Amino acid sequence: MTIPASPKPRWAVGVVLVAVAAVLPLLHRDVPYVFDGALDSPGVLHLLALMLVFGALAMTYDLMFGFTGLLSFGHALYFALGVYGTVVVLSELDLGFAGSVLLVAVGGIVLPLLVGAVCLRVKDIAFAMVTLAFAQAGAIFVMRDPFDITGGELGRALPFREVPDVFVGIVNSRNIYWLALALVVVVYLVARVATASPTGRVWQAIRENERRVGVLGLAPYRFKLTVFVLASFLATMCGVVYVLAVGGANPTVTTPTFTLILLVMVVLGGAGRLWGALVGGMLYTYLDNRLAQLAASPSVGELPAVIRVPLSEPLFALGLLFVVVVLFVPGGVAGLVTGRRGAGSWRPPWRGRGGGDGSSSRTAESGEQAPTAERAAQDVTEGVAR
Amino acid sequence: MTTFLLLTITGLGLAGLYFLVASGLSLIYGLMDVLNFAHAAFLTIGAYASWLVAAKLSGTLPVWLVFLLGLLAGLVVGTLAAVLMEVGMVRRLYGDHVGQVLLTVGLLLAITALTRAVFGSDPVRVVVPAWFNDVTRIGGAAVPNSRLVVIVSAVAVFAALMFFLRRTRYGLVIRAGVENRAMVSALGIDVGRAFTLVFAIGGALASLAGILTGTFFGSITADQGTSLLIFAFIVVIIGGLGSIPGSALAALAVGLLQQYANYYGAVGIGDLIVVAMLAVVLLVRPQGLLGRVTT
Repeated sequence: MTIPASPKPRWAVGVVLVAVAAVLPLLHRDVPYVFDGALDSPGVLHLLALMLVFGALAMTYDLMFGFTGLLSFGHALYFALGVYGTVVVLSELDLGFAGSVLLVAVGGIVLPLLVGAVCLRVKDIAFAMVTLAFAQAGAIFVMRDPFDITGGELGRALPFREVPDVFVGIVNSRNIYWLALALVVVVYLVARVATASPTGRVWQAIRENERRVGVLGLAPYRFKLTVFVLASFLATMCGVVYVLAVGGANPTVTTPTFTLILLVMVVLGGAGRLWGALVGGMLYTYLDNRLAQLAASPSVGELPAVIRVPLSEPLFALGLLFVVVVLFVPGGVAGLVTGRRGAGSWRPPWRGRGGGDGSSSRTAESGEQAPTAERAAQDVTEGVAR
Repeated sequence: MTTFLLLTITGLGLAGLYFLVASGLSLIYGLMDVLNFAHAAFLTIGAYASWLVAAKLSGTLPVWLVFLLGLLAGLVVGTLAAVLMEVGMVRRLYGDHVGQVLLTVGLLLAITALTRAVFGSDPVRVVVPAWFNDVTRIGGAAVPNSRLVVIVSAVAVFAALMFFLRRTRYGLVIRAGVENRAMVSALGIDVGRAFTLVFAIGGALASLAGILTGTFFGSITADQGTSLLIFAFIVVIIGGLGSIPGSALAALAVGLLQQYANYYGAVGIGDLIVVAMLAVVLLVRPQGLLGRVTT
């Protein structure tokens, strides 16, 4: 079985896109229909910053789901750690801003190391459920607030006196935007280097056939724990930037729904491709935000209830969109753009799994070896064709 | 002592709810390898359908009849929703387990959001006969009858499921399918029909759980299903995937432990202890209490 080589980095495209994104907040221009204000207005910059943060978060999730095939339902926990950790450490401890962020970063390594070590003892669906349970434990901790630090249902505001002035106030929305852009660039580069490294190749091999990796003498457990910790750490950093952008911690980032939304973002954009996940995260955030504004607009208020009521919950439309993508466009946006719908050298990570990939040993022994053989044959013919 | 008794009975009631949700999940997973997130949506659909019918009929008929008609309507609608979902969508992705999981995630998000949009996010009070809120004295403890109803229903469902699985032909097919699906279809048995049947059973049990949740807490909300679902997942994992007796045992352990810890410890500790229990079970026995060791 071939492990697809990463396409050559198209440096020029990336650099130009980042440069364009960097000068956007300097333009005083309206973009009709797309945004409801000038590009340099605080509202639009705030939305753009959120889109970038969630794009970065979606890329961290893609490292696990798209590249390693780990279906985690607990990724929100580490994002929430960054969000709540920053607020709580800044408020409760006297470490200064840099010290606080450093402490949160250490937490972003220690917590996933502990949780991942336990969760990765089981595979596949059981892994998905266990990560969900741990995320739920985090959500309960935040909501019930046993130590009186998280603010329970109301959440907790960021102590602005402890935050450097450049990130405080509406006048500095631009700086927050640039920070979010920097986050995207850093996460992208780290993820890119990691997935292209020998370790990253093993992650993709685990996605394709975990048992074979084991047979070749590599311990899948260690590689999976590595990607779990790396992705979670990056998610924690996304949480730190998010809390600076929104100015406080809110329990919605800990809910199971939020962790499911991360999955929606990645699949929408195209799992297994970093830029796909980035686009998915940005697109989801944009639609979520704009649909909510649309539902509140007077023109919608005049529509019949059959249309108006479902519009009032953006998640309904986005959930349906997701179902359509899963059923008909399994490659997501990235699949549409590149014209590869799971065929060819790259396929969505869930295509063609479930046979004798060793991850579901019960089906493997139950005589469902045929799909593997078929796939191997397919890979061979593709190799010849290329 | 009476407090302990009351806690035990409430814990048993909670265990009953967990079991009703978990048994359907466990069966569906055992046979089809689908982690069915939409299970929580069946629960919501059943509960709201029952409430709608009961609210429409309320006042025209005796309260008991209204409740029973509501229960029936909820079960029928929930079961139909499950069958439609299986035949219309899940079947399209046969053999693609992760795709099926993603599909059910989307359906859960969409259906929950739609319920919230139509009925609002505030809890809706359900119509139940006054008897449900009366208390029965058991060993000095005043136990609300709704708790007893849940316990009795769960025990009855457990007995019926075991009978169905162990003593009927379809039960045999399902058990054989859980063991070795490829072999069953190779023998010329229509496994696809068994899939639909299992989804229907899961939908009915989840709707029942949704309606009983309404009598248990006195109200229903659109998000109730999702939070129950997570504890049901924990129950399924602790009990062992695909094992109904395992789910029953794990539901008892989780329900009771949660109640005791939430009362004698601090609020919320019980929920955290349950997750800790999950971690311990995974470390000591990754296949769950009654799950089979896969080789």
